[in-house]
Amino acid sequence: MARLLAIGWLFHLKNLTNSLFFVLISVLQPIIFATIAFFMFRSGDRPGGLLYAALGAGLMGIWSSTLFGSGGAIQWQRWQGTLEVIVAAPARFLWVMLPLTVSTASIGLYSIVATLFWGRVFFGVPLRFEHPWLFALALPATVLSLGLLGLVLASTFVLYRQANAFSNLLEYPIWLVTGLLVPLSLLPGWVEPLSWVLAPTWGMEAVRNAALGGEVWPGIGMCVLLGGIYLALGSLLMQNFERLARQRATLSLT
Amino acid sequence: MSPALRVFFVGGRISYRALFNWISPGMYVATMLGSPLFQILFFTYLGRYAGGQSDDFFIVGNAVQVSAMAGIYGMVMGIANERQFGTLSPLLATPANRLAIFAGRGLPFIVNGLAVSTFGFLSAWALLDFSPDPSVLPALAVVVTITVVSCTALGALIGSIGLRARDVFFAANLVYFLMLLFCGVNVDVSDLPGWMEAVGRAIPLTHGIVAARRIVDGETLGEVGGLVATEAAIGAVYAVGAYALFRLFEAEGRRRASLETY
Repeated sequence: MARLLAIGWLFHLKNLTNSLFFVLISVLQPIIFATIAFFMFRSGDRPGGLLYAALGAGLMGIWSSTLFGSGGAIQWQRWQGTLEVIVAAPARFLWVMLPLTVSTASIGLYSIVATLFWGRVFFGVPLRFEHPWLFALALPATVLSLGLLGLVLASTFVLYRQANAFSNLLEYPIWLVTGLLVPLSLLPGWVEPLSWVLAPTWGMEAVRNAALGGEVWPGIGMCVLLGGIYLALGSLLMQNFERLARQRATLSLT
Repeated sequence: MSPALRVFFVGGRISYRALFNWISPGMYVATMLGSPLFQILFFTYLGRYAGGQSDDFFIVGNAVQVSAMAGIYGMVMGIANERQFGTLSPLLATPANRLAIFAGRGLPFIVNGLAVSTFGFLSAWALLDFSPDPSVLPALAVVVTITVVSCTALGALIGSIGLRARDVFFAANLVYFLMLLFCGVNVDVSDLPGWMEAVGRAIPLTHGIVAARRIVDGETLGEVGGLVATEAAIGAVYAVGAYALFRLFEAEGRRRASLETY
């Protein structure tokens, strides 16, 4: 199974890297948002917050690639005519889809690299991390938890015909309620409980604290905990999707 | 009604309705309204955190810019989808007035863009305490209308390029996001580096947004007349360019028998 997961992850990572759309949302879009944030922070009262902005814009890119990649994961297999083959394969459907959703989050790593590089070269963002080793741990933990959240998205969105358009609706709200660029303390109080069940909140906390100073382990711990919950939920939802598709003979119907 | 007018109105309406072969009207409305709403909220809260500008700066900038969702994406689909869906050849085989075909596609998206911007301003009024003096609203409506028309002209230009380019939706997405950066939506154009400011001043939206902000601050339409005229002139240049490309690619497509090839 480890081989299936590793090869599947690598295959999908290469595949997504070749897509212009994913280059746009995982590299160009984060750079544009980071640049806007850099200018806003510079001309505002937070000229020292450029690393904060670079990290936030980078994680925004990870969320976007997960949302669009995982949200449409099953639908894409359907359009390409590979869904029946995947479902009929001896390996469990879950273990075939998991590397795909994790790879959609993984290409979001391009976002972090791109925004940090862009910030360093063009805005002089200081790349001095308070806890570099914990930063190196927090990042994969964040990506993995988002990939597992992607499993839930994939198995839920496939039930809705308009899921690709629905994905557009979820980009800004999650950026906002998970505090990727705007601190949660600025938002209405009812937003905070929503943020607790979303992995990007904790991933951002872990990554930001590793870079700027602060407690890192609680964020990483919550990513692992939420990742486990997403995996269990995603497994149930995938089974449900497979059962319904077999019962109704709708596997290849869009 | 003359044939050209019929093509302009009926053709434009049918083209707009063709959007709903891939998205349901309900989801279209939700996307067109939901996404702009959260964009306005996101940048206004980010602006509060960054400091330096008032809420109104971000509200007006984003409420005007969100009209580009219809103006850019809609217009690109209105023109380029003809090629993608295989209806370009039959369309261009007709003797219909080309200007009417082309301009008719823009009208629904102008109305659509205005509706999106209006919803953006209303949402800001309901959620962010945006309360301009009611006396400025007619002038604001004029400025926003001209800006939306101008922005739709840019969408038409990209759509025309879609008659030749392989992946025009990549360009549409990129332009939409770049407008957030270059057009003074969230950062005053004068705070941008010189070359970015120069680019921003040469594309639709920038002058319209500045004019809209000044109107909200209490200036009259006459006082921002220069900005509004510049915005309209830029839109006209893009519209002429878009139509020229449309005709060029039609002629080239006929000559090379490549209208619908990729």
